[in-house]
Amino acid sequence: MGTRVIELENVAYSYGGGELLSDISIKLAPGSFYFLTGPSGAGKTTLLKLCYGALLPTAGQVRILGNDVRNLDRDDVAMMRRKVGVVHQDVKFLDHLPVADNIALPLTVSGRQNEAGGADLGELMAWVGLTHRSAGLPPELSGGERQRAALARAVIMSPDVVLADEPTGNVDWEMSQRLLRLLIELNKMGKTVLIATHDLSLIRAAKSEVQARVLRISNRRLQLAGADL
Amino acid sequence: MKFDVDAIRSLIVGDKQADRVVPPSGFTAQLTLFAAGAMAFLAVFALALSLASGRLAARWGDELARTSTIRIVAPTGERAAQTDAALRLLETTAGVESARALTDAEQQALLSPWFGSEIDLGSLPVPRLIEVVEEPAGFDAEGLRLRLAAEVPGAFLDDHTRWRAPLVQAANRLRLLGWIAIFLIASAVGAMVTLAANAALAANAQVVAVLRLVGATDRYIAEAFIRRFTIRAFIGAAIGMVLGMLAVLLLPSASDDAGFLTGLGFQGAGWLAPLLIPIMAGAVALIATRVASRKALEALR
Repeated sequence: MGTRVIELENVAYSYGGGELLSDISIKLAPGSFYFLTGPSGAGKTTLLKLCYGALLPTAGQVRILGNDVRNLDRDDVAMMRRKVGVVHQDVKFLDHLPVADNIALPLTVSGRQNEAGGADLGELMAWVGLTHRSAGLPPELSGGERQRAALARAVIMSPDVVLADEPTGNVDWEMSQRLLRLLIELNKMGKTVLIATHDLSLIRAAKSEVQARVLRISNRRLQLAGADL
Repeated sequence: MKFDVDAIRSLIVGDKQADRVVPPSGFTAQLTLFAAGAMAFLAVFALALSLASGRLAARWGDELARTSTIRIVAPTGERAAQTDAALRLLETTAGVESARALTDAEQQALLSPWFGSEIDLGSLPVPRLIEVVEEPAGFDAEGLRLRLAAEVPGAFLDDHTRWRAPLVQAANRLRLLGWIAIFLIASAVGAMVTLAANAALAANAQVVAVLRLVGATDRYIAEAFIRRFTIRAFIGAAIGMVLGMLAVLLLPSASDDAGFLTGLGFQGAGWLAPLLIPIMAGAVALIATRVASRKALEALR
């Protein structure tokens, strides 16, 4: 992996004839905490997708955990995603499975469901405050509960990096603070965390608790690359 | 297309956890089950037709090929003498295993379907028939005809070739039709399962997206669908096969009078042949779902 968890070098991304991102260079160091901010439509989600191999750059180079994404086949991308936890604003679950099974899904698909005992899953559910919801179905969860369930699912494989796209977009202030604290806890466990958000109050709230850096994207380009909070 | 041991083991042993990630799809499942069952039911009859035609072709081919008939057409007073002369000539003919004149009772039995059992052969100009059984190597039919023409002027040799060949050809064609029907049925099962698998994958695009997000390989996702459709096709075909075999069992039994039609069915080890139908249906479903899921997952990328 080297000294960079995720590295983008002169990356551009075009879609439908228009360039959405241009000349982006980012280096995320292990154990670091980043906010990716910018106005709506600036390309935060696109940049995040480039960071976990959901999109391929049209120019430049993206290296995830030391691997150039262009050299990864689809199975390699799947394997890589087991080490990169992702939380979306519009989080999706398998609605026919109980919440606990959804959280354990990364273990299931990787054939490791027997490795994590009930206690581990139980601890994780307790950590995100969803023990009482473990047998329920995802449609029964509130917005905040869905985000916490998504976070638990993203970290159950103990990934090296957690990418969160507007994780507090659909929740109230209190819940957004709770989610932020969970992400900060993960960072203190040594995980690299990158949160894409347009919510400046969230960034301000993190200031006293974690040494975070800010990446600001605007007009398709990175305007502020890794400034300290 | 790759079929490794792990994939087959995974199909047979199954993976309850993996199977659960695909949501139950009641209507598609019932349609697949029904279609596989109906196709297997038809396949049992196609198989029965094919095997029966095969038996018929073999019987006509083997048994009739070794027999010939000599007709003695002569005035009543000379018929017995010419019959004896023909039999003597046959005794010295190379390639003839045996020859005998049919008795009045046997000839009467042959004619009874047309003239009734009360027929008086003496009142009709019926030729005497001699049944000739050949040795495996056969005899020289043309040579025998010439000798008969010279020594027994009222004797005519019929080596059955004229009417046996079209019958054997018809039976072989019927057997071929049976196999074509089985092939078409298998293709229809494949097409049906492909459509159902495509529909299921398209309907579960969100499931596929979630599974990919959490690190599922396309093979893992595909196998969850493959197992489901293969097992459905197998179970449906097994039910259809059992019903088809029951229907064949209930057909009237074969008899000499009814001939070919009532002989449609299985004999001896042939009853085991339909057991292959569910296995074939499962195999066809496996291949069809694998191809369909590969294309669908590519499209859902």
